[in-house]
Amino acid sequence: MIKRLAKCIREYKIFAILSPLMVIGEVVLSVLIPLFMADLIDKGIDVGNMDVVRSIGLKLLLLALASMLLGVMSGMLASTGAAGFAKNVRRDMYYNIQRFSFSNVDKFTPAGLVTRMTRDITQVQMCYMMLTRMLFRAPTSVVFALVAAFRINNRLPWIFVCVLPVLAVGLFLIMKNAFPLFERMFKLFDRLNAVIQENVRGIRVVKTFVREKEEISKLDSVATEVRDVSVKAEHIVVMNGPLMTFCMYTCMILISWIGARMCVSATMTTGQLMSMFSYVMQILMSLMMSSMLILMLTMSKAAAKRIIEVLDEEPDIREPEEPVMTVADGSVEFEDVDFAYGNAKPCLKDASFKIESGQTVGIIGGTGSGKSSLVQLMPRLYDATQGSVYVGGVDVKEMDLTVLRKNVAMVLQKNVLFAGTVAENMRWGNPEATDERIISALKTAQAWEFVEKLEGGLAAEVEQGGSNFSGGQRQRLCIARALLSDPKILIFDDSTSAVDTATEASIREGLKNVMPECTKIIIAQRISSVKDADKIIVLDNGRISGIGTHDELMKSNIIYQEVYDSQMKGGDFDE
Amino acid sequence: MSNDVNAKKKNAAPTRGPGNMAAAHGKIRLDKNSVKLFGRLMGFMRGRELTLFVISLALMIITALISVRSSTFTGTIIDDYIKPMVGTVDPDFAPLLKAILFMACLYVVSIVVNLIFNRLLVDVSNSVLRKIRVQIFEHMQRLPIKYFDNRQYGDIMSVYTNDVDNIRELMSNAIPNVFSSLMTVVTIFVAMVRISFRLTLVVLCTVVVMYLITIFLGGASARFFSLRQKSLGQMNAYAEELLSGIKVVKVYCHEEEAKAGFDVRNEDLFRKTASANRLANALMPIMANIGNVQYVVLAMVGGAMAASGGAGLTLGKLAAFLLLSRNFSRPVSMISQQINTMVMALAGAGRVFELLDEEPEVDNGKVELVKEDGKFFWKKPDGEMVPLKGDIRMNNVDFGYTEDRLVLHDISLFAKPGQKIAFVGSTGAGKTTITNLINRFYDVADGGVTYDGININDIKKDDLRRSLGMVLQDVNLFTGTIADNIRFGKPDATDEEVIAAAKLANAHDFIEKLPEGYDTVINGTGSQLSQGQCQLLSIARCAVADPPVMILDEATSSVDTRTEVLIQRGMDALMHGRTTFVIAHRLSTVMNSNAIMVLEQGRIIERGTHEELLEQKGRYYQLYTGRTA
Repeated sequence: MIKRLAKCIREYKIFAILSPLMVIGEVVLSVLIPLFMADLIDKGIDVGNMDVVRSIGLKLLLLALASMLLGVMSGMLASTGAAGFAKNVRRDMYYNIQRFSFSNVDKFTPAGLVTRMTRDITQVQMCYMMLTRMLFRAPTSVVFALVAAFRINNRLPWIFVCVLPVLAVGLFLIMKNAFPLFERMFKLFDRLNAVIQENVRGIRVVKTFVREKEEISKLDSVATEVRDVSVKAEHIVVMNGPLMTFCMYTCMILISWIGARMCVSATMTTGQLMSMFSYVMQILMSLMMSSMLILMLTMSKAAAKRIIEVLDEEPDIREPEEPVMTVADGSVEFEDVDFAYGNAKPCLKDASFKIESGQTVGIIGGTGSGKSSLVQLMPRLYDATQGSVYVGGVDVKEMDLTVLRKNVAMVLQKNVLFAGTVAENMRWGNPEATDERIISALKTAQAWEFVEKLEGGLAAEVEQGGSNFSGGQRQRLCIARALLSDPKILIFDDSTSAVDTATEASIREGLKNVMPECTKIIIAQRISSVKDADKIIVLDNGRISGIGTHDELMKSNIIYQEVYDSQMKGGDFDE
Repeated sequence: MSNDVNAKKKNAAPTRGPGNMAAAHGKIRLDKNSVKLFGRLMGFMRGRELTLFVISLALMIITALISVRSSTFTGTIIDDYIKPMVGTVDPDFAPLLKAILFMACLYVVSIVVNLIFNRLLVDVSNSVLRKIRVQIFEHMQRLPIKYFDNRQYGDIMSVYTNDVDNIRELMSNAIPNVFSSLMTVVTIFVAMVRISFRLTLVVLCTVVVMYLITIFLGGASARFFSLRQKSLGQMNAYAEELLSGIKVVKVYCHEEEAKAGFDVRNEDLFRKTASANRLANALMPIMANIGNVQYVVLAMVGGAMAASGGAGLTLGKLAAFLLLSRNFSRPVSMISQQINTMVMALAGAGRVFELLDEEPEVDNGKVELVKEDGKFFWKKPDGEMVPLKGDIRMNNVDFGYTEDRLVLHDISLFAKPGQKIAFVGSTGAGKTTITNLINRFYDVADGGVTYDGININDIKKDDLRRSLGMVLQDVNLFTGTIADNIRFGKPDATDEEVIAAAKLANAHDFIEKLPEGYDTVINGTGSQLSQGQCQLLSIARCAVADPPVMILDEATSSVDTRTEVLIQRGMDALMHGRTTFVIAHRLSTVMNSNAIMVLEQGRIIERGTHEELLEQKGRYYQLYTGRTA
């Protein structure tokens, strides 16, 4: 796992190496300080030699300054290194996501991708920074402090050596026992949040059914459980402190007793005794720090894993080696096409039909009947599981993806606009479109009437997700955007559902006049939307149940008749 | 001394704290207001919690004292035991052993006490957190719909997650740490002064230097952090927008542009993050090594004093002082670190209290809904019983979400028991608003709404809502089984009632086909079900409540025609025999309504039956036929 992420370090490798090196230098220098201090006390203060005090003192000051310098530099390097690392990870993820096919995206869901790109990366970046600064600090600090302690006296440091395993085992036990509890706690937090989330979202329902009391008791029980589990987990974690003090005080007592006797028998000096005390602190602190580091590492593990999943995801649609670079015309042909999302059961079976260039084709059928799946195969947003799809007489798998998609424009069911001006959004369809062209597309899509009234017109701001427009307006803007790419095939996936009947009819009329040669494929819920089409495909449960004109289907197709009857011939009252 | 610490606390607040929100906002200070907030926050501790908390603090004093004794003990050993015995022929170690054993006892006490107060604090902080969570939630249930309208749902969630989390940090870490640090600082300071006043001055000088450096670096770093925060926000917003719309990006082959836009923001974020962390990271080694420098300076000055034999400073005392000074700077920097946490927590507490201070829904109603002999009655405060019939009238109602802008003008209408009233009109015409007035999600500005002749403002809100059923367009389900979700309408419904309601709503068939039937667990978004099925469930949920008056908001598109027929039939069954207000989108619904209200810009512009309205050739005719007359 670490190896995979390490690949993202790249040009920041020098930081990743230099920073720990400097940390080691800093640690070594700070370990030297108590050694000199012992000399300062024994050879200077204890005997009253101020010259020695001054000269050793000066050396000590230099040491401290040098150690400070190294520390500051390593901190700065680590910061750049970590930020650079995060930048690369973010970039790699994002670039890879851009290669994803729809089914890759479905697997992670857009929301899942967002979390990985934001929260998970921040977490991993923090962890990386800590790692480069701390990973080597604790071990070197322990090792060098021990070495220095042994240099002062070859018997006393054995006390550390005996106490250390106690501390290590203690810390290990604490973490081992606390960790599962923390995991449980995080799950409980998810539940707690779910209860609150559902409540806030459904507050109208809660109020309508006067269920406030029940909701409160639901939350209360989860909150109580959260309390109980966190109390349990934290009770274990707070053992850290006492364990630490226990080890420290044990060392102190033993060193005091044995050290004092050594001092009396003159096998050790008082200065050396004091340095021992310093090393006790240093070693124990380092161990404490590494236990925290391990905790942090384990917490970031999940985040790192989620990131790597995205980094390693292979797009399942690949471009051909020698792609066809043109789309001859707007004809579409399906040849015994089966399709399934992932391993789910097929949602399209044995679909075969042919659409001539320039035709208007309606597709009608219930939810889950496979309408959207069918049209998404045309611009190769998904690959057919079986059979072949031809656009302009060429198998879509042989075509250049960009060329194909530029020629097969699709207005998705879930319309998305992006923050920016109206014109900028329109230019997604065609970066070179002039204002005149944009306006004419907006007119065809019946969107100009309201865009015109906006402050700034084409330059009016669109908020993120297009939230400053109504559903019907958004749909019309998205249609205009698709028109601008001047495609050979134009697909509307239920994209006029929020537009009233009259406006919808005007849009259809406009399309017929402006783009007569373009093949138009319209998925609709309303019969009125497809009634005049050259051909209507009726889908039922993944199979084509009938193809024909309105009149033909009215005679021959039961499903079509049912739908027609249920809608009668009335309009819709919405805009 | 304690003054000094307090002063530090006050001034340091805004500048410390690289890497937190406080720094990013740059404006939150520990001022009078935060003292008030702090007091309110502490107010959550009552009774047992408060006692335990005070006990913990008291225990902390004990550990602080013992830790100071431990530092001075070094001096005692050197001066009182080692020095006198050095060179003696037959040293007597018994007094030393006794002293050390005494110390060991103190240590054991300290460890035990440490364990106890830590556990107590865990108990206290977690119960307080639970209390806060429940209290916010409880209060939230009583807030008017308006509160939820005006807020992003993410902002409300953030109170529960981020803000409560920060308070938790404050309770379980910051307060105990700051208090124990304060205790340590005070005791160490006293001990230091007792050893040598002059050396203590040196220590104070270093503290001032450290303080100045923190202010300087912290201030600079806070500026960078707020830049970084902004850049991070932009980066995340961009990623979120483009990733949410990734399918559109692909359909328009917009990948390269999306990458370019991303790279710009990513590079900017990189630069800002690097420079922000650079200063923050520099702070720690500087502080640590200033500690070292201080140590050396103290050794030199103290050494000179000890050597000259002045001021009664012995080697042992110097050793003790050196240890004390080491331990002095740690709690001081600990306090300054914790100030970040405190500032953040108080900001969080501010938002929590803001929520708790929101005015709850007003409910002055005294008329109650009672059931006698299987029939519902309105029980007035004077004891008069009015049978519930379902007669609803609106008289000259005006309403606006804000005071300056009315969205409904002069609405008058009546629905006699069992009648069906349909609202039609374009989006934003005010259809939903009218229905929201009947169940008092909002209160009318002028005019009145009566229910069986009683002004709805006089009816207890809960009882009013119990008498009204509502099927909303956006279906909200809750995590739990299908049966739980249906039972939402009537918590004590029997299994038979649940099934009967599902049958009435036409939901029974699909539920039966689910793997676990009525016990199938669904999540809050109902993602295992189709949208149509969710709607059928919400109809069943309403059916089980069996309310005399119904408000229905028909769903528009996105449901296939066959399910739509099922929904339609379910709704029709539900409407049968009840007074119903329906926001209609379908022809069949309006056709069998007793009256249709055509709304435009908050006014009823046409009313009548389907036939009458077609006759008029007005707006209704236009909506219906799709052409102008």
